[in-house]
Amino acid sequence: MNEWLIILGIALHAISGVPGLFYPGHDCRGQQISVRLAVAGSVTGMAGALWSLWSVPAAGAVLRVDGLAVIFLLPVFLVPALGSIYGLEYWSQTAHPHNGRKLRLFYGLVTAALAAVAVAANTILFLISWEVMALSAFFLVTTEDEDRAVREAGWLYLVTTHLSTLCLFALFALMRVATGSYALGPLPATLAGTGTVTALFVLAVLAFGCKAGLMPMHIWLPSAHAMTPSHVSALMSGVLIKIGIYGLIRITSWLPDPPVWWGGLLLVLGGVSGVLGVVMALGQHDLKRLLAYHSIENIGIIVMGVGLALVGRSLNCVEWVVLGMAGALLHVWNHGLFKALLFLSAGAVIHGTHSRDMDHMGGLARVMPFTALFFAVGAIAICGLPPLNGFVSELLIYLGAFRSMGIGQAMSWSGAAFVAPVLALIGALALACFVKAFGAVFLGTARSRHCEHAHEVGRTMRGPMLVLTLLCLFIGLAPMAVAPVLDQGISAWFPAGTATVPGLATLAPLGWVSLGSLTLVVLLGLAGLGWARRISHGGAASGVTWDCGYAAPSARMQYTASSFAQILGGLFAWIQRPRVSRPGVEAVFLGRTSFKSHVPDIMLDVILKPAFRLGAKALASLRFIQAGNIHAYLFYIVMFLMALLLWR
Amino acid sequence: MSHTLVHIALLLVMPPLLLGVIGKTKALFAGRIGPPVLQPYYDIGKLFRKGSVFSTTTTWVFRAGPVVGLATALLAGMLIPFGGHSAPLSFNGDMILFAYLFALGRFFTASAALDTGSAFEGMGAAREVTFSCLAEPALFFGFLVLAKLSASLSLNTMLDGAFPLGAGAAAPSLVLVASSLFIVLLVENCRIPFDDPNTHLELTMIHEVMVLDHSGPAFGMILYGAAIKLFVMGAVLLRVVAPFEMSNPWADWGLFIGGMLALAVLIGVVESMMARFRMVFIPTFLVAACLLSAFGVILLLR
Repeated sequence: MNEWLIILGIALHAISGVPGLFYPGHDCRGQQISVRLAVAGSVTGMAGALWSLWSVPAAGAVLRVDGLAVIFLLPVFLVPALGSIYGLEYWSQTAHPHNGRKLRLFYGLVTAALAAVAVAANTILFLISWEVMALSAFFLVTTEDEDRAVREAGWLYLVTTHLSTLCLFALFALMRVATGSYALGPLPATLAGTGTVTALFVLAVLAFGCKAGLMPMHIWLPSAHAMTPSHVSALMSGVLIKIGIYGLIRITSWLPDPPVWWGGLLLVLGGVSGVLGVVMALGQHDLKRLLAYHSIENIGIIVMGVGLALVGRSLNCVEWVVLGMAGALLHVWNHGLFKALLFLSAGAVIHGTHSRDMDHMGGLARVMPFTALFFAVGAIAICGLPPLNGFVSELLIYLGAFRSMGIGQAMSWSGAAFVAPVLALIGALALACFVKAFGAVFLGTARSRHCEHAHEVGRTMRGPMLVLTLLCLFIGLAPMAVAPVLDQGISAWFPAGTATVPGLATLAPLGWVSLGSLTLVVLLGLAGLGWARRISHGGAASGVTWDCGYAAPSARMQYTASSFAQILGGLFAWIQRPRVSRPGVEAVFLGRTSFKSHVPDIMLDVILKPAFRLGAKALASLRFIQAGNIHAYLFYIVMFLMALLLWR
Repeated sequence: MSHTLVHIALLLVMPPLLLGVIGKTKALFAGRIGPPVLQPYYDIGKLFRKGSVFSTTTTWVFRAGPVVGLATALLAGMLIPFGGHSAPLSFNGDMILFAYLFALGRFFTASAALDTGSAFEGMGAAREVTFSCLAEPALFFGFLVLAKLSASLSLNTMLDGAFPLGAGAAAPSLVLVASSLFIVLLVENCRIPFDDPNTHLELTMIHEVMVLDHSGPAFGMILYGAAIKLFVMGAVLLRVVAPFEMSNPWADWGLFIGGMLALAVLIGVVESMMARFRMVFIPTFLVAACLLSAFGVILLLR
């Protein structure tokens, strides 16, 4: 029964954009139908997923709804429903008559395909859904395809997503050969230690890492996230890239007897993604590109958790498995919530100011107080600060890392302990980056006329953000409420020793975290109330910012996003490699001058593009083979087949 | 229970005294009489009686900054054992909450600084968040050493001075961690040689320049919160360096108070003996602090 609810939810999402196709461009009824269908689909889908928690995990030939699937299904259904409500005002059909219908059609399709991937129990359904998801996302990225930059982002995405699909084909073909069936499930233990299993693991890291945006396979992610409408970015960052994590978690759970270096590799990749992601984010001026790089950072944190769990499985240390996997799975949820919140509030900012450039914003907290509050909550949560949800998942990974030093148990694998300082570095850098973003966008005074005349967004856009804010607060204050769900996910990942796996609540101080966070909230509330009373009674005066005695401060004197990140950029210039055009001083009295800085992507712009240019130049002499003549190509095929036949 | 009350009372009352002792020490070194030891209390008291001025550019973020800074420092103080007495709040992983509480305070103080729209305060906020990026890993390397040595994940046992591995194995790592923590303490609490709490209107300041626009009770809360932060981080360092305990629990409190005052004198001596480093050297020292405690971890791996 619960599976049928999930299937109904998937179907409702898949068709949600179809009725709109039959309405004319300026008619908003199609959008209203599609939002209702999407919300209905999400409600049924989530009801089905939650119901599955209390029923025996079903693993049929087509669908598998176990703890892991449920953990990924919940955000897959939640975020798109909120996104389509948000879209009613943000991307209304009347304002976007040309691409609104297309956007909603593929928005529904991508959601349905994501949910189908999460429950697929055989390779055929998995691959079909995967491809529907990948292609619909391409059409979502290219929503505004009249813009050249958007088309380029779309092509880049299409190429990388197909590299990922290619690896998936190889992965599933190998699995078919190894197991003799198309069913997705644990591989026989007899394969342990063979080259096939190693190849499967490497292919899984490539295929799913590419989709998840793990460095160095992240090249498609920043531009694809920046160029799309914000509710699509929220869907992609909050949910779509997590399906890569889902694949990685699934495959690693099915491969028998993982060697320690697998987990070690994931720890290294995760750490590199985490640090480089946030360092690249620090150099951005584009608000949405900055958020996109933070997705890479958070994927890194999640992968570190998975790596820790994998090391624990190799060394038979259940505590690390529980803490690492719980941290990773909870961070999947948390990142889905706060990143969606951040992208939606960034969308509200863009809606109000018509710009993505942080250096031209400022002072929006006065004109958009709700959006500012929502963004602040998202920023605090993504920095992993108490009392919000990001803290809980990072705490779990920290605890796993500390335990890997051999604390509280006999086994130790101290390499994993370095996760703790790396997480601390990531956290502090993320804090710097979000103070920069929050400060440059919302605080101080407006740096452009657009910002001065910005307006707060309406209720249909604020509602979804409020829901996400409350969920962030809920997980932060009552983490024990989600522990049973995480436990089910962990036992689905680590079925071998289900009887001996201790519950998350026995390993992690969830009650204490909740107590600490509540105390903090109460302390803040009391102090804040006292302070507010004091301000209202104590006769507060107002004046111009003191600014060390300078009486006429102007908006242009403020620290911009670029100047804020300048010292840190200097410390990390060897990674960021910023391209700076700095005006020289030529005359005694300078005229108008301009300063430009741009941080290129470390993988795409610094390594891949030059490498490909070099390759194109080196191989230019072979271009005569590509004559463009179909007979010639047929001739090549015949020759190749003949050669193969002769060789065997 | 009575010890918990003493803990809270000390946390609330004693921090400004450390500032007074530091000031007095510096005055003695300079051959001056200096302000009375209780001067910080008078200052904070006076500020709390004053009215406030808010810049017209500011929003709720500016008003929230001092409150969050004070509340997080107070809660962090409840997680640290004072002397031989255990902390009122203690659980596995409390050191992570401890570090992240200060990070929450930093998020709001830096945001409050940016809210004024002043270039000076932007500068200070940028420096504050930059230097803490290097201080946090140093702190966590230190936590790793303490956790490994005490085989525990909670600050109470991490700082109780009992090392199952034996004092001989623990000593080299502890020395490294103590020096690293001392650097972190000086940087995070804006002391010379990294920052000068006494100068104003300088382009070379970190923390002071962030709070230029705060006045009256808000500034009082900032001073008080900063004093608590110094006190709490000092209490951690004290337990790493001198985890001594007496047989009488009340004598332990005396020992703790004496130790904290001695630490204040030490900071005063360092401030008197050294000149402030140029700003560009601060990251170098923080990286050194990271490396010191990282070596402390590596010494324990085998």
